[in-house]
Amino acid sequence: MEKYIFYILSVIIIVFAVASVSSRKMLRSVIYLLFVLCGIAGIYFLIDYNFLAAIQLTVYAGGIIVLIIFSVLLVHHIEMELEIAKPFRKMMTGLICLLGLGVFLYTIYNNEFNVVENQVTTTTYDIGAKLLSYESGGFILPFEVISVLLLASMIGAIVIAKGRKLNDKNDEAL
Amino acid sequence: MIITLSITKTIQDWLIGMMPEGVASILAMVIVALIYLAIFAVAGLYLVLLERKVAAWFQLRIGPNRVGYWGLLQTMADALKLVSKELTGTIKADKFLYNLAPYFVIISSLMALAVFPFTKEFQAFDINIGIFFLIAISSIGVIGILLGGWSSNNKFALIGAMRSGVQTISYELSVGLSLLTMVLLTGSLQLSEIVEVQKEGWLILQGHVPAIIAFMIYMIAGTAETNRAPFDMVEAESELGAGFHTEYSGMKFAYFFLAEFINMFIIAAIATTVFFGGWLSPFGITESLPWLGIFWFLGKTLVIVFLMMWFRWTFPRLRIDQLLTLEWKYLLPINLVNIVIMAIIVWLNLTIKF
Repeated sequence: MEKYIFYILSVIIIVFAVASVSSRKMLRSVIYLLFVLCGIAGIYFLIDYNFLAAIQLTVYAGGIIVLIIFSVLLVHHIEMELEIAKPFRKMMTGLICLLGLGVFLYTIYNNEFNVVENQVTTTTYDIGAKLLSYESGGFILPFEVISVLLLASMIGAIVIAKGRKLNDKNDEAL
Repeated sequence: MIITLSITKTIQDWLIGMMPEGVASILAMVIVALIYLAIFAVAGLYLVLLERKVAAWFQLRIGPNRVGYWGLLQTMADALKLVSKELTGTIKADKFLYNLAPYFVIISSLMALAVFPFTKEFQAFDINIGIFFLIAISSIGVIGILLGGWSSNNKFALIGAMRSGVQTISYELSVGLSLLTMVLLTGSLQLSEIVEVQKEGWLILQGHVPAIIAFMIYMIAGTAETNRAPFDMVEAESELGAGFHTEYSGMKFAYFFLAEFINMFIIAAIATTVFFGGWLSPFGITESLPWLGIFWFLGKTLVIVFLMMWFRWTFPRLRIDQLLTLEWKYLLPINLVNIVIMAIIVWLNLTIKF
């Protein structure tokens, strides 16, 4: 039965991915993108990787898509439709897409995949222990680097949002 | 007296006797889904009736009392009326998104119901990341509200939707963090295990001070996340008409309305499971009768639902800037400090256990 669910999910992902890039209305293509991301979360659920599936739903579906919707709603003339590209551009895009598809298919068919005999459910305990372990195979360094990166981007966002109020010259204006 | 309530297993076993396994498991899923749908559609309707009765009680009125004994069939009649109403829409609106929006809201709230352990065995989907799954699902509902508000092609609806987006995104943080505080105590995200841990005392007792702070933050943020008064900026009647669902009629309006009440039930059910021991009876008085768990679970949930209704009819509505100040300047810092306190308490083994 898992086979059928996999095929159903794949069809959903592919159809909506195509719809997302070919739709001429902005908000609709965002929603199609949401369906693609939910489909990917569904595949994670299918392989019993629940934690990543929930992360996919929270971060991408709940976070990124809502942010994109916000930014789209703030755009003027949201109801306008995208221009249709010139035939030459269409040809070029099609060729490049085919090239990319070729590379993907070549890699997928030439890679030897490890088949796991027993299905193992990854628990949050394992993930947490791995993230904080500093022995070989642990992920403490990337974990710390990412936390510094997030802090830097947060400070950057605050500076941008505050704008000119942070300058000394504008003290009187405050 | 033995009543088996492990519905997924019972139904699947019963079906496997009659047909091949693959078909049986799909059919079992469909049947369980239909059972849940039927139960919660009716439960949602009765929550609406409860809200109206409580409101009437607070305002010294009688409330609905004409349809059926004590007005018990009032909301059923309302639902029938809504089914038979014409579905209207605005011109120049994006019809596809307009029709899609209610389903986002209702589906995301119905999906969340699947993971609750109503008793030890009455649970459709015991996923090992239970609480996190609930947080993930609840973050999708807001997309439906944003879409509904925008595609209504109505300024009031759009303002309501934007307010809702801001509100839900900010208060989701507090809900998540206050639940994380409790996860520090349980050491597991799985809802059935969280209930299991509480056999040594409900978590609100085990974690004493930080747990009570976490519960208060959770109730405030939970009320805000369901867009109910005093945080109903989204559909502030005096300012925005009906907010994001101004243009919806008939059954699509009913979906939004039902989702609001089911969300309220979900918030109360999470609070019951995480803070008040889920289906466990107080002091283990009915331990020998496991099926009474449903009674305890629903009892505790309804008490918290009543608390939320009490909020609604007691507090005046906040302004949008007060709302955001409350979240970002008060609840969030308190919450972060609270997590540290809880971590220290768990580390030094200062929890109270019976």
